[in-house]
Amino acid sequence: MTMLVLAFLAQTLRIAIPYLFAAMGGVMSERSGMIGLTLEGYMLGGAFCAALGAYYSGSAWVGVIAGAVGGLALGMLYAVSCIRFRGDQVVVGIAINLLASGATRFFLKLVFGSSANSPRVSGFNARQTGSGLAALAQNPLVWLGVGSVVAVAWLIYRTPFGLRVRAVGEHPSAAQSVGISVPRVRYFAVGLSGILAGLGGVYLALDQHQFTTEMTAGRGFIALAATIFGRWDPARAGLACLLFAGAETLQIQLQGSQSIPTQFVEMIPYVLTIIALAGVVGRAVPPAALGKVDTAA
Amino acid sequence: MSIPLDKREITPAPPTARPAAGSSDWLARAQEAVLPPIVALLIAAVVGDVLILSYGQSPGTVYRLLVEGTWANAYGFGQVLYKTTTLTFTGLAVAFGLRAGLFNIGAEGQLAAGGFMAALVGLLLPSGLPALLTLPLYIVVAAIGGGIVGAVPGALKAKFGAHEVITTIMLNFVVLALLNYFTAAHLAVAGTLHTNAVHSGALSRLATFWNGFHGSAANLVLFIAIAVTIAAWWYLFRMRGGFELRAVGLQPEAAEYGGVNVGRVWITAMTLSGAVAGIGGLNFVLGYKGYYEDGFASGAGFMGIAVAIVGRSHPIGVLLAALLFATISQGGLAVNALVPQQIVDVLQAVVIIAVAASVPEVRRLLRAAAGRAAASLRTA
Repeated sequence: MTMLVLAFLAQTLRIAIPYLFAAMGGVMSERSGMIGLTLEGYMLGGAFCAALGAYYSGSAWVGVIAGAVGGLALGMLYAVSCIRFRGDQVVVGIAINLLASGATRFFLKLVFGSSANSPRVSGFNARQTGSGLAALAQNPLVWLGVGSVVAVAWLIYRTPFGLRVRAVGEHPSAAQSVGISVPRVRYFAVGLSGILAGLGGVYLALDQHQFTTEMTAGRGFIALAATIFGRWDPARAGLACLLFAGAETLQIQLQGSQSIPTQFVEMIPYVLTIIALAGVVGRAVPPAALGKVDTAA
Repeated sequence: MSIPLDKREITPAPPTARPAAGSSDWLARAQEAVLPPIVALLIAAVVGDVLILSYGQSPGTVYRLLVEGTWANAYGFGQVLYKTTTLTFTGLAVAFGLRAGLFNIGAEGQLAAGGFMAALVGLLLPSGLPALLTLPLYIVVAAIGGGIVGAVPGALKAKFGAHEVITTIMLNFVVLALLNYFTAAHLAVAGTLHTNAVHSGALSRLATFWNGFHGSAANLVLFIAIAVTIAAWWYLFRMRGGFELRAVGLQPEAAEYGGVNVGRVWITAMTLSGAVAGIGGLNFVLGYKGYYEDGFASGAGFMGIAVAIVGRSHPIGVLLAALLFATISQGGLAVNALVPQQIVDVLQAVVIIAVAASVPEVRRLLRAAAGRAAASLRTA
């Protein structure tokens, strides 16, 4: 019984790590007033760059850095288009995802000559095999993923930068009137968001030891759902990630019994998020300036 | 119930906000509408050149192949027309939302739901019914399928203030998963993910009328798309409902003050938007395959956002933008031997980002130029 519970927990955590990274990216971005539709694209870009970096260097850590840079680059494209050029966040956000999907496949073909996957790359190999918690504990990205929740919570609630992020996300003109540069805070927040979600993609690529096309498979949107379901709070968003991952784990473990169709389990994060937004069980209220063009800048 | 300010950037600002007047006003508006897509295409062409060169190919050769594979032969052009048809519906759907100040990202699910409902009814109908009878039925049923999916986020926004961008995205996943479940578990032909063919009312392909289109999927739904485009224009610019819809899109508070029930307009706009996307499902289900297949939407709903943005939310613009994106999409297949077809996804993304980013910039520059011109006239 204990074994079963431990296996369940290990599997849940393993599925939750990329969600945690990306959802923390979502919290950072949305708290500053920038919609987090781009998480999916950051993850995919991060996964591809991680495979690229790890393949050419032979080092998983270079892959981690490359993946973070990949996410950051897409984040900066999003930020420049929407902050400097005042493009619509939703439109640009959708396009960033399309760009990540197209560019990763284009460069996969160009660099590795494949339209499906990269060659095998090094990862953080566990000395202990198996899917238990002990094996997970040897993967530094697992610790980073869990740590990102603490780090983002500390950053947002305990630092001057976090105060500025929240001010800019709720009331940009008030923030500007006390001398805060609204664009600069948003550039930093979106940059961090890109790095964090990019790391979520890194985890996927290194865990599977390769990049495969569309390997994020909507995880960025699940992370966005977790961000909203967690009401833009790092700890609650982290719990939402665990909840969604737990539902998936349950589905995988019940697969033999065919009790619930897969499709209904897949729906859980989205249905819960819609319900949360509709305010049936405690209203989810977004940051007031979310998605608005910064008129003050 | 706050409306993000940037929503209004999508639709052209009201004519009264313009400094120029008379015939130059019309010209200024045309410039503001047409310049961003042109700028975007130029940027995309440069990015495309770089990507093609990175692959060791000559841009001239690739672009020539792209044109030859789309507009220069009947089959390619037929495929372009087929893709144009679906994109026109999804583009119009998104444009309808944008005109009301709403972002409908759910066209993907609405398109699939419309096609699914049509196929479902087609499986219940007896065979041998005349198309004159079945076609109106199919259109209504597909519109209802898409309309319901669209109405939900509209109602959630009107009643609870739930942001439609998020609810439409989330609803996409829910609807697609539901349709996948019903298809896989109940309706699919064994070993496939598609249903049986509808019993009656499948529409002819254009190849039946002109053999040159042989093999291409272009079909009679193209003409429904054109009719719906005209109807959408008429509704938006000639009818009271459309006027209210646009008023809400430009200034919801002012519209409310002027006696418009904003919540009801939101629900109507999202329902109409979903209905238009739903009718688009007929292109695949009745015109191309004759059955519903899981995943047939394959991104056409999301591409509708690009079509509406580049078409500047105007029905005629949408039709032209649909033709453009269909050409790029089909062109990707044509050039695949030289460069990976994914280059078109990259270029489409570049076009969308460039249009979105250049709309405010172009407007600012044009306004500034008009202001300077007006000032110099006064001093002269």
